[in-house]
Amino acid sequence: MSSPTEASAPPAAPASFDVERIRQDFPILHRLIRGHPLVYLDSAATTQKPKAVLDVLARYYAEGNANIHRGVYVLSEEATQAYDAAREKVQRFLNAASSREIVFTRNSTESINLVAQSFGRQNVAPGDEVLITHMEHHSNIVPWQLLCEQVGARLRVAPIDDTGTLQLDEMERLIGPRTRLVSVVHLSNSLGTVNPVREIVDMAHRRNVPVLIDGSQAVYHMPVDVQAIDCDFYVCTGHKLYGPTGIGVLYGREAWLERMPPYQGGGDMIRSVTFDKTTYADLPNKFEAGTPHIAGAVGLGAAVDYVQAIGFDRLAAHEADLLAYGTAALSEVKGLRLIGTAARKASILAFVMKGAHPHDVGTIVDTEGVAIRTGHHCTQPVMERFGVSATARASVAMYNTRAEIDTLVRALERVREVFPV
Amino acid sequence: MSELRDLYQEVILDHNKHPHNFGELDGADRHADGYNPLCGDKLAVYVNLDGEVISDVSFLGSGCAISKASASLMTDAVKGKTLTEARVLFEQFLRLVTDDSVDVESEPMGKLAVFGGVREYPTRVKCASLAWHTLRAAVEDAHDIVTTE
Repeated sequence: MSSPTEASAPPAAPASFDVERIRQDFPILHRLIRGHPLVYLDSAATTQKPKAVLDVLARYYAEGNANIHRGVYVLSEEATQAYDAAREKVQRFLNAASSREIVFTRNSTESINLVAQSFGRQNVAPGDEVLITHMEHHSNIVPWQLLCEQVGARLRVAPIDDTGTLQLDEMERLIGPRTRLVSVVHLSNSLGTVNPVREIVDMAHRRNVPVLIDGSQAVYHMPVDVQAIDCDFYVCTGHKLYGPTGIGVLYGREAWLERMPPYQGGGDMIRSVTFDKTTYADLPNKFEAGTPHIAGAVGLGAAVDYVQAIGFDRLAAHEADLLAYGTAALSEVKGLRLIGTAARKASILAFVMKGAHPHDVGTIVDTEGVAIRTGHHCTQPVMERFGVSATARASVAMYNTRAEIDTLVRALERVREVFPV
Repeated sequence: MSELRDLYQEVILDHNKHPHNFGELDGADRHADGYNPLCGDKLAVYVNLDGEVISDVSFLGSGCAISKASASLMTDAVKGKTLTEARVLFEQFLRLVTDDSVDVESEPMGKLAVFGGVREYPTRVKCASLAWHTLRAAVEDAHDIVTTE
């Protein structure tokens, strides 16, 4: 199916992308579910893991496990090096200026909570405002609500239109003299909308307001350059980037991180401790209290290597083809309405079907081996905005195929048989 | 397809489409709201009591076919029953939808037996039991008899 030379391929078609070879790298894709080959269309919830990542995790625990820092023996030095090397891989992946700007956390949620409690408590005062958008995941809503309650600040919300596109002019109007931070998703998990993050950052910076970008969904679909975006904070999570669960990333501009107080106290984040006074470690250790998820970081490093070896230009073209193909195919299904039709979209095909609740849709397609997510996708305000209690959501990643989209559409025909329109 | 038909039996599809006892009971003695945070489904159950007897019961809300049909069939099943009888039925129902060893045929459950297929889909047990939990919340509210075995 692949063409040996890229030059012979038509420009838009991802013919140079050998998806069957990619699929060989993912052992789980060869499982049978209820007697059918697994059709995994829930990568927006978590991506599957390539063998390269699984092997690195197994090898770390089998051959390299030790606690990092302060060990004077070989194993501990190796573990420390592996952990630091993973940080440098993530730094290069996001094009951060320095590895001091990369903090390992549990996930995107923890990264946002870190910024809310450390930056927020320091910089947001009574009467101040934090600005988010209507399409945020609960993880980019609730930490700010908690902060606003704690300090007496106000949460403002920029609206979206009927296609799921952010209304930039309204957003600009909402950035006022009391705005202390703008926090916005890069790629919406429930709508697929890709936000113009550089434009938003410029808009906020003109008023000296820093910006956090939630890149949980973006980092495995498109190249991210935090210096080009010029954001102040960028968060993402390993398990959506073909890496392990339990490891997340906070990028923070060094000038901010230097000024911010620690988020959690404990081991590894100190320079010296007495009962009278503790001084904190340098970046990024100041924000990494306790033994971190060393294996997770090492696994994430392997995942980043894997994605970069394939290259975003090729995987993005393949995914764009799947999205276009899926959009056209789903539009043919009787009584199906797509939720999220922004001009700039990636990966996400969210929909509702007349006469069939999303949960029934999810159960029925599961009997054909098709894994999609159903529910509110941790974006209840989006559901409310579109007047639905839930949606069904298929999301594509680099290992998906057009044939899998066809299987989904056939499975949706089963839905129509059980719940005729 | 047969596997699917075990879950989505005709009775369930009928009650989903044309639910019985659907709507608010004016001046109901008891009322509770049920909520499934996993899926966002909301359900309200209204009850009128005549002493220990459920003289009337209804429900309102939106949800999947399983939760809606379950609420509809539940209202049919408990209407005219005593609170104790309704409680026993709830326990039987929970066993039916969760316990593989329960013989669907031998349980004296009437139409509720159509939910036997739910046990193959553990994530859907909450859909099937939401109405029952809500009913229990409605009648147990300030009512000590129903909490007594």
